[in-house]
Amino acid sequence: MNGVHDMGGMHGFGPIAPQAGEPLFHAAWEERAFALTLAMGAWRRWTLDGARHARERIAPADYLRMSYYERWIEGLILLLTESGLVTADELASGRAQTKTRPPLAADAVVALLQRGAPTERATAASPHFRPGDAVRARNLHPVGHTRLPRYVRGKTGVIDAHYGAHVFADAHAHGPDEQPQPLYCVRFSARTLWGDAAAAQDEVCVDLWESHLEPA
Amino acid sequence: MTRDDVSDSHDHSHGDPSDAAPSALPSEPALRTKALESLLIEKGLVEPAALDAYIDYYQHRVGPQNGAKVVARAWSDPVYKAQLLANGTAAIAGMGFAGRQGEHMRVVENTPAVHNLVVCTLCSCYPWPVLGLPPGWYKSSAYRSRAVIDPRGVLAEFGLTLPAETSIRVWDSTSEMRYLVLPMRPSGTEGMSQSELARLVTRDTMIGTAVAAAPGGSAER
Repeated sequence: MNGVHDMGGMHGFGPIAPQAGEPLFHAAWEERAFALTLAMGAWRRWTLDGARHARERIAPADYLRMSYYERWIEGLILLLTESGLVTADELASGRAQTKTRPPLAADAVVALLQRGAPTERATAASPHFRPGDAVRARNLHPVGHTRLPRYVRGKTGVIDAHYGAHVFADAHAHGPDEQPQPLYCVRFSARTLWGDAAAAQDEVCVDLWESHLEPA
Repeated sequence: MTRDDVSDSHDHSHGDPSDAAPSALPSEPALRTKALESLLIEKGLVEPAALDAYIDYYQHRVGPQNGAKVVARAWSDPVYKAQLLANGTAAIAGMGFAGRQGEHMRVVENTPAVHNLVVCTLCSCYPWPVLGLPPGWYKSSAYRSRAVIDPRGVLAEFGLTLPAETSIRVWDSTSEMRYLVLPMRPSGTEGMSQSELARLVTRDTMIGTAVAAAPGGSAER
């Protein structure tokens, strides 16, 4: 979706403001927002891509006004209600109507984190492109989730690397079907993206899936 | 809902997705999170000890000290460096750093000719097993919007000015591949042990918004 989350190249957000000695979390509730989001993901009722898409669907003005972990909480509430893990009545009353048991014990958390969730998949399909090939990012504007940023659409770059077949995020945000396809790193000249004001030797590398690309 | 909209949790005029249904959750973030946590615990969907385990892991077990060990070893051991650049995932896992948000790793090397900078323009993707959770500025709209279009301006705000002829390569983390910058080893560090070297490797040198400096010396390019 052409959301405000797709920020690459936008103007007007001001200077970067690094905070010396910044704590990992700025308040206790941020710790809980972080942990709740990860812990509820263990129910496997949505994918990581779906969780990203939930945050992208926050209305643009709200997205920009909210702090980082406020977005996480809003995204989580959306995922909980859409998945049915929490009912509308429960959200309205703040009280549980049915009770269940967590899928994950506290002592299993570290092993789960250390295992992660690799997205590379074995596939018999061979990649269409090879390193060095010229490619164009397709001019796609899907209304759903996409990892094809607006600032590269229609632009020509060069395949830097083929990373194997990976779960296709654009599809996996909307259901369990992984639809793995070749994933590439594509190198774009900064001048191709931003015009002559950019330094001639600068480049931007973007990871794109095969269906984001066409031969150039 | 707005951040200040504490008193009226039933104000649905702002159109965010959570407004789709009436909610007993307060809108102030700390109260809202607390109320949601209470509901999820009461329902048995999560137990408090598991939440504590997630928080403890990222507060105490992972962080940029992990990535610093990887870099210091690469500076000291040419064979390891070659492995790291050829297969970052395996070389980093071999040091015990793996898992969530680091399932697929690529290490990109700074040289006198090329300086690398990592960003996630679409959200906040970051290599957790080697760097921990990202700092606020990495997640900010300013960094996400500007790193790709104005990398030299961004670096200048971090106090880093590169030679005009150096090529800047910005890596936008749009897939599950995570990027770690291998900074240049500063001169004047000959003979240092890996643990001494690791102390020179800051988080920002591995994102690309800083370069590593010798103790007492200024950053060199």
